[in-house]
Amino acid sequence: MRAMRQSIDGAFKDFTRAYGDAIESAFDPIKDFLIFLEHLLINSPWPIILAVLVGIVYLMSRNKTITIGSLVALCVIGYLGMWEDTMRTIAMVTVCTMMAIFLGIPLGILMARSDRVQSIVNPVLDLMQTMPSFVYLIPVVMIFGLGKVPGMIAVVIYAIPPMIRLTNLGIRLVDQDVLEAADAFGSNSWQKLTNVQLPLALPTIMAGVNQTIMMALAMVVVAALIGVKGLGQPVLNAIANQYLTMGVMNGLAIVAIAIIFDRATQAYGKRLQKHSEVIHG
Amino acid sequence: MGEATGIEIKNLYKIFGPNGKEMVQLVKDGMSKAELNEKYNHVLGLNDINISMPGGKIEVVMGLSGSGKSTLIRHINRLIDPTDGEVLYGNEDVCKMSQSELRAFRRHKTAMVFQKFALLPHRTVMKNTVYGLEIQGISAKEAEERASRWIARVGLEGFEDHYPNQLSGGMQQRVGLARALTNDADILLMDEAFSALDPLIRMDMQTVLLDLQEELHKTIVFITHDLDEALRLGDKIAILRDGAVIQQGSGQEIVLNPADEYIADFVKEVNRGRVILVDTVMDKTKTIEGGMTISSGIRLEEAAKTFADSGVGEASIVNGDGKPIGVLNVHDTIYAMVTPASH
Ligand SMILES: Nc1ncnc2c1ncn2[C@@H]1O[C@H](COP(=O)(O)OP(=O)(O)O)[C@@H](O)[C@H]1O
Ligand SMILES: [Mg+2]
Repeated sequence: MRAMRQSIDGAFKDFTRAYGDAIESAFDPIKDFLIFLEHLLINSPWPIILAVLVGIVYLMSRNKTITIGSLVALCVIGYLGMWEDTMRTIAMVTVCTMMAIFLGIPLGILMARSDRVQSIVNPVLDLMQTMPSFVYLIPVVMIFGLGKVPGMIAVVIYAIPPMIRLTNLGIRLVDQDVLEAADAFGSNSWQKLTNVQLPLALPTIMAGVNQTIMMALAMVVVAALIGVKGLGQPVLNAIANQYLTMGVMNGLAIVAIAIIFDRATQAYGKRLQKHSEVIHG
Repeated sequence: MGEATGIEIKNLYKIFGPNGKEMVQLVKDGMSKAELNEKYNHVLGLNDINISMPGGKIEVVMGLSGSGKSTLIRHINRLIDPTDGEVLYGNEDVCKMSQSELRAFRRHKTAMVFQKFALLPHRTVMKNTVYGLEIQGISAKEAEERASRWIARVGLEGFEDHYPNQLSGGMQQRVGLARALTNDADILLMDEAFSALDPLIRMDMQTVLLDLQEELHKTIVFITHDLDEALRLGDKIAILRDGAVIQQGSGQEIVLNPADEYIADFVKEVNRGRVILVDTVMDKTKTIEGGMTISSGIRLEEAAKTFADSGVGEASIVNGDGKPIGVLNVHDTIYAMVTPASH
């Protein structure tokens, strides 16, 4: 048993030494984008960023309460000196969510198209969702060391399952009658996907985006353990040094942006759904 | 517009189940739907269907729920693949088309209206109506121009920007009809298109369809489980039971000579005055000159009304040129309207 463990660990280390850098450099463009976004959010004058963020919340939710709530929360965060860490966390969550969407939707579509793919991917997703989040950090750190890229990879892996699942589910739940109509008018499969399946699955897919954002946020905090900066680090610091107020304040800031993200995306999903219920007769 | 091409269905079999092909011979040898289901766990969907659907006419396929109507109509645009047999449109066998030929056929030659409307809920009336043209790759501008005409024609002008769930069932089905008509296809397939609607709205829609057909002369296949609807719309009617055609002919032929007890039961309650033509009842051995005239080809009910209005007891039946071809009297008219078929 011990011999086996040693040989696996050894082989993994060799693999890491040989390919780690190559893999890491493949992520350079994404890393560059993350750094760019971070700088943009931190270095631009804060009133502009505040206005843009609140504006986005309004455009998505079209709801006064949510918008004003976001404005107040962000102002308090800034006043208490957590602006920079919050911006780092928002940048990280944004980039990771985008990656999860870009990878998750095509995978979800593949799964919806083939029962075989579904039966292979589903157990993997089950495994991913029951695995404690720290465990993801281990192989990632071994390959990439500490820093932004391993953090991003861990977050995306942790946050992607709901994106894949709900895309698959949304497409599978599309009304068969409407699909048949698309066939009857001579749609090819791309036309069916873009005209019928994706639009009708969109509210479900948005629910997936919402869950993915929440999970990404949770994992970004945990990823502080491997050197991801943002609101997670002061929390980690607070635990190590028993700084109660610092821990609570940063914790509350995380909760605040979680609520903002959640309400904004949910309200947006609801608006999408407005015409989607089918009413007969 | 040229003469629409008819559809010829020949020896069509559909057996649902993993080994449908192997079961065809059993069915040809006379195995029944129940037996096939019991012994081999396969469902007999269609059993040796032979129907010649004339071009430019309305062919009604009637039967109770589960008799195979939807299965049959879905073979015409091959939403369902046959187990055996042919569906000919002109010289082409729909069953032998490749996937891309089939798509082209569906895009340009057929359009379909569905029982549950099957509109795209996230699209407005206009965007639903242009759907077929969009699939064909026609520019949005042209498509919307063509669609506007049909939206107006089915009475939905002003509703272009509404969403389906803002409309009543009758109006939603008008969108379904406009979507199908905008496709400008020869063949119009309607699977219980009006069955989900309230009786009054249903009558309205039947009128809309008949008016349109007068001008368009499409080859329409109309599915219904309602005999009154079948008789009102059908130039020809085929009656299905357990996946087999048990009688086909004009409405009048079916009402006057039901092929068996089952159909006789069906036609018992029919308003015969609205089905039977004066030509069937008139005395062809006599003609009279002058007096009241009734045109050939009208139904007994209308003739009875003419008699009642005029108080006359006998009328001359005249053909299109005004030439007398027979004599009809009140007694025979009323008698034919109330007598059940004898056989
Ligand atoms: N995909 C299918 N698999 C198995 N049996 C089917 C399938 N589709 C239809 N059937 C059976 O075929 C018969 C005819 O169905 P259908 O054409 O829908 O009838 P109708 O439209 O006249 O109500 C029914 O017995 C139904 O159960
Ligand atoms: Mg049906």
